[in-house]
Amino acid sequence: MADDRRRVLVEVQGVAKHYGTGDARVDALRNADLKVHAGEVVALLGPSGSGKTTLLNIIGCIIDPSEGRVSLDGERVFDNRWLRHDLRRLRLDKIGFIFQAHNLLPFLNATDNVALVLQLAGKSREQAQARAHELLEYLEVGHRARAMPALLSGGEAQRVAIARALANSPRIILADEPTAALDSTRAGIVIDLLRRLAAEQDACIIAVTHDDKILDRFDRRFFLRDGRLVPNSADAG
Amino acid sequence: MNLALRDVRHNLFRFVLTCLGLGLLMTVVLAMMGIYNGLVADALNIVKAPQADIWVVEAQTQGPFAEASAIPGATRDAVARLHGVAQAGSLTYQTVEAPFRDRTLRLYVIGYERGRPGGPQQIAQGRGLEAGHFELVADIKTGLVPGDTLVLGRKRFTVVGLVRDTMNSGGDPAVYITLADAQVLQTQLAPPAARVQAARGATAPAGPTVAAVIARLDPNVDPQTVAQTVRQWKHLSALTQAEQEDILVRSVVDKARKQIGLFLGILLTVSAVVIALIIYTMTMEKLKQIATLKLIGAPDRTIVGLIVQQSLALGVAGLGLGLVLILLVKDVFPRRVLLEPVNVVALTGIILVVCVLASGLGVRAALRVDPATALGS
Repeated sequence: MADDRRRVLVEVQGVAKHYGTGDARVDALRNADLKVHAGEVVALLGPSGSGKTTLLNIIGCIIDPSEGRVSLDGERVFDNRWLRHDLRRLRLDKIGFIFQAHNLLPFLNATDNVALVLQLAGKSREQAQARAHELLEYLEVGHRARAMPALLSGGEAQRVAIARALANSPRIILADEPTAALDSTRAGIVIDLLRRLAAEQDACIIAVTHDDKILDRFDRRFFLRDGRLVPNSADAG
Repeated sequence: MNLALRDVRHNLFRFVLTCLGLGLLMTVVLAMMGIYNGLVADALNIVKAPQADIWVVEAQTQGPFAEASAIPGATRDAVARLHGVAQAGSLTYQTVEAPFRDRTLRLYVIGYERGRPGGPQQIAQGRGLEAGHFELVADIKTGLVPGDTLVLGRKRFTVVGLVRDTMNSGGDPAVYITLADAQVLQTQLAPPAARVQAARGATAPAGPTVAAVIARLDPNVDPQTVAQTVRQWKHLSALTQAEQEDILVRSVVDKARKQIGLFLGILLTVSAVVIALIIYTMTMEKLKQIATLKLIGAPDRTIVGLIVQQSLALGVAGLGLGLVLILLVKDVFPRRVLLEPVNVVALTGIILVVCVLASGLGVRAALRVDPATALGS
């Protein structure tokens, strides 16, 4: 359950995103409000085209909103002060991404996939390798450190992808259907793992999901319908 | 972490296969450059071989390489007596076909006076002509070896030595024989034809003719001055060495040179398009990975580096392979393939520029990729 006294990591206020103008205008997201605190694991639910990915892209600084305010870890973004490379740096430092299809770079082994993010952030090769090994051990895939992505099972690849997302100790982790490629048992394990990470690293996790079997493992659930964000009435937050 | 190198290692077989294809293309480009150079060099080599300063030829002709030229054999004495002339020698040129074993050799026969200018420059194997008759020195491309004999006209000649890179502008390898033998070869008729001529009462030519007389001048003597003196004899014309070379390149091999030059241009254009296409396709196939890189915060220079470095690696490897292949097979070509270091440097420059430009297309596409495409939902 969310605790308002804890630090707010993601704050979305009156955010809208529309494409086109006039009769051709499409409202992908309308007047969305969302606050996510450190340690929280939040689900975004909704049918295809409801605006889940649009909201995730806005929080991930990939697309800018048409209206509204977004603050990440207390810092307001998209207020005309941010340049593209600043947003890239923000993504690198503060946000970790977990993808539906893990999206590991096929030409790097598990360790290097994780170490790459660290090296991009300015760590030396030795530091990056050491931290990558540490993360892979933590996520119980240390024995597959030298394996290429094509040789990893779905669960192993997703753990490596999670290790990559965690490499720079981001405060915000965005997951796009992280369990879509996994069976229900493994999906539960991954969500439990994310819950543990959120608690241990004081980070928040926002996950887009369609997976009914894991919904009860999230602290809060938000539904998106026709671009509108609606909190689940059963959730306290 | 060098992403370009890692990607190449990961897809090594494919990269090697692409390099092989590009290498073969580069082999063709380099071969065409070599053939172009060889054509010009061969044409000039035969002119340069006698190391002459002045060519004395028949009046109103462009010399023995451009058209027929016949001047009296005694011209050499007259030229040798001119002020400033150090040495003079008579030469004949003719093309013959000679049976040799089970094939026919097409030969460019050069007749020269032993001990005078016009003979072979450097003997590669065997020796030069020593006897007055029936010996020959052949270009190595004839396939003859010292000790071989072949019939020219009605006489059997023995090969005593070999030279390299001596052929006419048509690519026929040269053989050197004595001037006396060459003049007999020029005028001697087959026995039935000789009998018919005798029956018709035809008279023998007034005296032997030669195609040209070459002269080497004393130091500090102006070739144009000597040439001008010769031109005063109305039945003769004189060309300096530079003029003779110019005529050869400008008129004799000009069309072939332009043809190969144009083909080379087309080939380079095709190579550029192929390289651009390969690199663009390579980039397009990596768009999802590039989107992921952008999403996790990779700067543009990392992505640009990935594409440009792979592009340059491909170009350099293809060119290197092409160079190795052409060096291995160049002697198999019937005509000389002459590759100068400047050609390799120029082609390297062209390929590097093409690779950078081609990767520019890929870079443009990569930088336009929306990082959101990595999310894929």
